[in-house]
Amino acid sequence: MVFRRALGTSWKGLNTHRTRSALTILGIVIGVTAIILIVSLGEGAQALILGEVQSIGAKTIAVVPGREPKGPSDFLSTFTDSLKQKDIDALSRTTNAPHISRIMPIVFGSQSASYGGETYRPTIYGATPLFADIYNIAPVEGRIFNDDEVRGYADVVIIGNKVAEELFGNEEALGKRIRIKEKSFRVIGVLGAAGQSLFLNFDTAAIVPYTTAQQYIFGIKYFHRIVVEADTEANVPATIEDVKATLRASHGIDNPEKDDFFLETQADAMETVGTITNVLTLFLAAVAAISLVVGGVGIMNIMLVSVTERTREIGLRKAVGAKDTDIMLQFLLEAVILTVLGGLAGIMLGAFFSFLISLVLGRTLAVNWEFVFPFGAAALGIAVAAVVGLVFGLYPARVASKKSPIEALRYE
Amino acid sequence: MVLIEARDLEKTYWDDGVVTPALRGVSFDIKKGEFVAIMGPSGSGKSTLLHLLGFLDRPTSGLYRFDGRAIDEHSDHDLAEVRNRKMGFVFQTFNLLPRATTLENVKLPLLYSGIPEKKWNHMAEEAIEAVGLTHRLHHESSQLSGGERQRVAIARALVLTPEIIFADEPTGNLDSKSGQAVMSILEKLNRTRGHTIVLITHETYTAEQAERILHLMDGELVKDEKVKARRTSDHFIK
Repeated sequence: MVFRRALGTSWKGLNTHRTRSALTILGIVIGVTAIILIVSLGEGAQALILGEVQSIGAKTIAVVPGREPKGPSDFLSTFTDSLKQKDIDALSRTTNAPHISRIMPIVFGSQSASYGGETYRPTIYGATPLFADIYNIAPVEGRIFNDDEVRGYADVVIIGNKVAEELFGNEEALGKRIRIKEKSFRVIGVLGAAGQSLFLNFDTAAIVPYTTAQQYIFGIKYFHRIVVEADTEANVPATIEDVKATLRASHGIDNPEKDDFFLETQADAMETVGTITNVLTLFLAAVAAISLVVGGVGIMNIMLVSVTERTREIGLRKAVGAKDTDIMLQFLLEAVILTVLGGLAGIMLGAFFSFLISLVLGRTLAVNWEFVFPFGAAALGIAVAAVVGLVFGLYPARVASKKSPIEALRYE
Repeated sequence: MVLIEARDLEKTYWDDGVVTPALRGVSFDIKKGEFVAIMGPSGSGKSTLLHLLGFLDRPTSGLYRFDGRAIDEHSDHDLAEVRNRKMGFVFQTFNLLPRATTLENVKLPLLYSGIPEKKWNHMAEEAIEAVGLTHRLHHESSQLSGGERQRVAIARALVLTPEIIFADEPTGNLDSKSGQAVMSILEKLNRTRGHTIVLITHETYTAEQAERILHLMDGELVKDEKVKARRTSDHFIK
């Protein structure tokens, strides 16, 4: 009751100086806007990336050679030759891994490709026909190579949209021969514009049978990845264990600490993406939070001016019976009302800008960027704004409450 | 019955090492229901005295008892409560809240009174009626004339029916006609409702509307006289 009356008094006080009040909270508005914008965009980006991760398929498990990187020093150990044909053979045996429905080895690397006088450096993927299915791509022209061509080390290639454009321009690419490293390949398929995907950009890819890639392009006998697909999502955990056991047996490893391979699943990737975007968002939001502190200092400054200006009012209130605590509460509440209003305005502005940006990104990048209203950040923004008001309003409120009524009444 | 008891009241201001004695030992009593004017030239200490009597400041030394209790017995918190419930103030410069209506201004002391909010409007309206401003209830103070503003201030002082009203040069910023209207309201409040009134003024004409005049000079009480021929101004009241 007492509090509600004080609230009314403070509100009237602010209303009397509307322009000043609005200018005072600008810092808070900007700070909260920035926080909401960053968190909202961060969540949007995360949703987008996670969406792409999901598009890889929840049933897919990637076997990666080397030890799982735990830090920068482990990075080089990822380039090892531990995955070989015998591993594929072992994994293919249903006794070893009964729930595996499909297996595909992949080799990849960057190589220059040329046609006539044009040269381009696509990412070469050596794979099997399953590639199209697992990564959900299809040629707009021509076809995918078949298993016979894989077995026969065929010199065929499917090129990405961008590669076709760079090498052939407006010319028809299908059926033409391009040169990759020292070998000539016949273009049997051209992919449509897929757009930038997070992990793989098929626009700049050239896909060949993995056998051909190993033999003629990279000159290696091992694989960079083995992609395994479980028959159902429920069997993914069991399959992970099967794959680990099979590969350990195949590599003669009895101590899991010494594994020369590790597995990546969609769940892992999602977790990693989540962690990275969260850390980034948090960092940026922390930077934005600094502006809240600056805004708070601004509020303290203006409140002090306001207290001096309203010395007479304070004196009058004291003369008619206001206690120090009444005056304190009045000015403290003014500060908190200001910052909370600023916070609300910031949330609305931040959400508005975030929404605009999501529209623009959706149009220009042709990505499915979803606007996410960050309820958590909004609640936090209001709370932080209120705390800023309390903290930075405390000193001016104290100054106001300590004014002697006669000093205050004499003040001209 | 004695309402105010002052004995050897002294007040000295220290400002940057400069010692300024404003009151040098003043003693007097004021009884309940009296209408007393405090007169003196500027610098005589009359405002300082009013601040002490009105619990707005504490004396440097001496005894001040209001309504039976010495100021020393009160905490600042208690002083605020006494000011709220038993004292009303009228200032030369009105001191109304900006952008607030007559009603809002008069309700201000109620805000700090602990009286339930539902009674506020009724109490404020009664006080406003007593000063004859019912037709200005919802006007903002900037829309009122000087005389009307001072009457709002009187209504504000009245709203909690205090024992005493302190008026510090209430007519100082008014033309003579509005000033007379204000004085006759004070006089009527004293006569019909029994409010004790302590008025500060430097005009003999105004002071002579009181029953008694305390003359201050250089911080000392030089004369305490009964007004023989009290001026009245009833004809100014409708």
